[in-house]
Order: sequence, then C-alpha cells, then structure tokens
Amino acid sequence: MLELKKINKTFNVGTINEKQVLFDLDLTLEEGDFVTIIGGNGAGKSTMLNMVAGVYPVDSGSITIDGIDVTSLPEHKRAKYIGRVFQDPRMGTASDMWVEENMSIADSRGHRRGIRWAITDKDRYRYKEQLELLDLGLEKRLQTKMGLLSGGQRQAITLLMAAMKKPKLLLLDEHTAALDPKTAAKVLEITDKLINENKLTALMVTHNMKDAIVHGNRLIMMNAGKIILDIRGEEKKNLTVESLLNAFTKASGAEFTNDRALLS
Amino acid sequence: MNILNWLGTLPGAIGQGLVWGIMAVGLYITYKVLQVSDLTVDGSICTGAAVCTVLITNGFNVYVAMLCAFIAGLLAGLITGFLHTFLKIPAILAGILTQLMLWSINLIVMNGKANLALTRFKYGDKVLISAGTENIVMSLIILGAIVAVLIAVLYWFFGTELGMSLRSTGNNLEMSRAQGINTSFTTVFGLALSNGVVAFAGSLLAQQQGAADINMGRGAIVIGLAAIIIGEVLCSKKTMNFSVRLIFVIIGAIIYWIVFQTVIFLGLPSEYLKLLSALVVAIFLGIPHLKTKLQKKKERRA
Repeated sequence: MLELKKINKTFNVGTINEKQVLFDLDLTLEEGDFVTIIGGNGAGKSTMLNMVAGVYPVDSGSITIDGIDVTSLPEHKRAKYIGRVFQDPRMGTASDMWVEENMSIADSRGHRRGIRWAITDKDRYRYKEQLELLDLGLEKRLQTKMGLLSGGQRQAITLLMAAMKKPKLLLLDEHTAALDPKTAAKVLEITDKLINENKLTALMVTHNMKDAIVHGNRLIMMNAGKIILDIRGEEKKNLTVESLLNAFTKASGAEFTNDRALLS
Repeated sequence: MNILNWLGTLPGAIGQGLVWGIMAVGLYITYKVLQVSDLTVDGSICTGAAVCTVLITNGFNVYVAMLCAFIAGLLAGLITGFLHTFLKIPAILAGILTQLMLWSINLIVMNGKANLALTRFKYGDKVLISAGTENIVMSLIILGAIVAVLIAVLYWFFGTELGMSLRSTGNNLEMSRAQGINTSFTTVFGLALSNGVVAFAGSLLAQQQGAADINMGRGAIVIGLAAIIIGEVLCSKKTMNFSVRLIFVIIGAIIYWIVFQTVIFLGLPSEYLKLLSALVVAIFLGIPHLKTKLQKKKERRA
C-alpha cells in the first residue's frame, strides 16, 4: 500500500545547522497494516511522516502509494490518498469555523471544490451519525466553533475527518501526545475503531511504548534516521516495554533517549 | 436650525457609507476571511472608477462599464496573488507593488489625465446613481439594493465548497493543505474576488462623485478597515452568521461617514481628516493587544 525507497533528507543544507535526518530509508506497508512507530529524540519519525504527506520534498528516493508514484506530487494533491492527524489539536481543524463546516471541508477532500452548496441537510445528518459514534456528545454541537472545543474533542473530530473519505493511508503524528492520559486513551480507542471499521492502512508515531505495543499489528523503531527494529505478528504480541528497551540498546548501541517515552 | 443643517448632511453621508461599505465588504474577503492585509485596494478602487468613467464617457452602457470595472479589479487582484503565491513575495509588499503598478495603469486608462469628469449635466441620464443631491433618495435605494444583492451573493458563495476552502485557507493553512486544498489557488482567488468588489465600489464612487481622480484611492484601505472595525465593535460576539457580519461592515462604513460629515460640520479643516481616520484605526487595531496586556498586569497583581 505504501512503499518508501531509499529516502534521504537533509535539513539546512550548507549551513552550520546542516543535519541529515533520514538515511536511505526503506519501508513497505501491506494493505491493512497498522504500524506504530517509536524512536528517540530526532530519530526522524515525524520527518518520515511529513515526507509521505508531502510537507517538504525528499532529497532522493521515491514514495509510492497503492502503486501511484507520489514523490513529486504537492501536498494538497497527495491529500486525496492520505488522512492526517497532528500532535497539536489546533492544527488539524479550523478554529474559527463550525464543527459541521470543518467536516464538510474533509468531506470534499479528493474532488474538485466547486460552487455546490457545501452542507446540505443530508450531509448534516451523516455528520451527526458519525459524531454519535465518538460518544462525546458532539452530535449536538454541529454549529459550535471548533476553537471552543477541548483538545480531546478536536482530536477526535480530526480523526473522523481524516478517516472520512476512507484514505489509502492514515498518518497519525503523536496525535495523543498533547492530551491528558484519560483523553488520550479515549482518542486511541476511537483510532482503533476507525481503523478497524474502515480497514485502513495506518502509520502511528507515538512516544508511549505501551501504546506502541498494544496497538497495531506491526511496530517499527527508528534511530538516527534509520529503521532499526521491525517487529510484527506473534512476536509483537509478546513484546514488553523492557524487551523493547533491551532490543533498542542492542540494535543501536546506545541508551534510549526519549524522556517522554521513558516517563510514561 | 443647526441640527436641521446637520440632518441635511445625513443622506450624503449614508450614500458615501453605502459605497464605501461595498468597498469594505471587498476588503473583508482578504482582511478577515483570508487574513491577509492587501494594500492593492488603494489602487484597484481607482482602477474601477477610471475604467467605469472612461467607458461611460465613451458611450458605453453603465452596466457594461461597471462589469468591466469589476473585471479590471479581478485582474489587479490576480497580479497581487501571482506575486504573493508564485513569487513568494510577502502579501503586504505584493499589494504595494501592484498598487504602484496600478498608479501608472490608472493614468494610462484615464488618458494621462489626473482627473476625469463624469458631470451630471452631461451624463446624468447615463449613470446608475447620480452625483449631487437632487436624486439622492433614488440613489440610496439603488445602492441599498446593490448592497443587498452583494451580501446575498457573498453569503451564498462562502457557503459553497469553494467558499469554504477560502475560509479554511485563512483560518488554518496546514489543515487546508492536509485536506487537499490548493492554498495558492484559494489565496489568488480571494485576492481577485476582493479587488473585483473593491473596483466595483470604485465604479459607484466615480458616479457618486461625478469624477474619477487618480488620488481617490489614497488611504482607501484605512477607511475600509475603519468600517470593518466599527462593524465588529457593534456586532455582538454571539451573532456568527456571515451575512450578519457583512451587514455590520456596511453599517460600520455608514457610521464612519456620518462621524466624518459631523466632524467637518463642526468645523474641522478637511486636511485633518486622513490623520484622524488613521489614528482612529490605529487605536482600534491596538485595543485587543492593550486589553490582554492590561489583563496580564491585573493577574500578576492578584
């Protein structure tokens, strides 16, 4: 479903801050894979996701989604295939617009936006049904400004919006990191549900080792711009935080350095 | 007696308020919806006036003239949009560059003349709204109808998928791109539409003043901003409806001109007017910042 081939990326080329973030990165996802990604600070997890989404171009290598080479497609054109949720709950939705308006913008993803009236009663009914599934009481707040909702509510709606058009790929970039543990658990529950129901292929970056172990069918660990561990199937089910940390030390020859991951 | 004289200035002020209100509604599209400060408007309002005046004096129908003024404004906005999105020039600078281009273009359109008369003696039956006061009631009715149609059209437009994508572009660029919106396209579209409306207002302004003048756009953005800000102050935060907000922009423009006529009526020399309006806008733009600053001070004390 997703194929990354020999991706390289260096930031701030020619300056004192020059830093290569990804080194000949290869990754292939099968249809229906739900991959969790963990890694130390600056391992290149978010950079990899942003490359896939097209936020910035790759230096070399190719990105293929479901057989379509998207390497040179701009971000807004790739959006047709990709649903995204960001770390900052404010980033995934338009604060000054209503809940239903935000949902309608996601609803138009992948087709030409013309001068059709954006929200019909039928759409509104559909949005309401989808919001009901979240079980957060949001179905009564279709005409509330997004900015007035809590971080958890906004992330839940962003998830709905990302999954709405059944994208070929769902990219979750530490989407629970800014939430309190209880809300984070709820959002993760919704994530699982949406991925299962829609049979989505997903990449989820997380700083929480336990979450990375519990969720998904495959776990990738990154360090210094490379994938150093790739665990799936039965092997993944038997993982513990401790065995992961040991595996990390063995594979990278260093201690795991992600303060947040170690604390939670 | 005095009050009666003052009341006599009201219809004129309302008329000017309606025309400048249309301009402010155009500005609203960039300033509020796209959240871009577009200085092109100082030039494009004059472009609208110049195109309209030249066409009418050359025997064209007034509706054709106004439509052409609108299209000329669209093109002006297109230039700014191109400079901003394609050449990555900051929006304010892009607007200033286009504005300067328009200075020359406007002069060329007006055949090198700084002022082009559209006198009511000669063209009174050819224009839609006439200069002077004798037909003022009719003019106000026509302007009111134009305003109503404009607001209805914009309300409809910003409820469409395309309109929504313009609003989200101004609100959250990252999210818009992630949702597949070509934000360069929506930005250019918004700038073009905005300047189209502003130039359309310019075509009405030329008819109302009975002339197109190369200087008529100077400081236009400040008057437009004043109208938007006054409208915002009056519009309670709970009324979110887009069309209501636009109506308040129009009301803001009317209030602006009533205040101005009053200040002139009270004897303020007209050379002070631009100074006064710029100061008023500066103060209102600064109020939100001052408010939060004051609040923080209070919190620190508590």
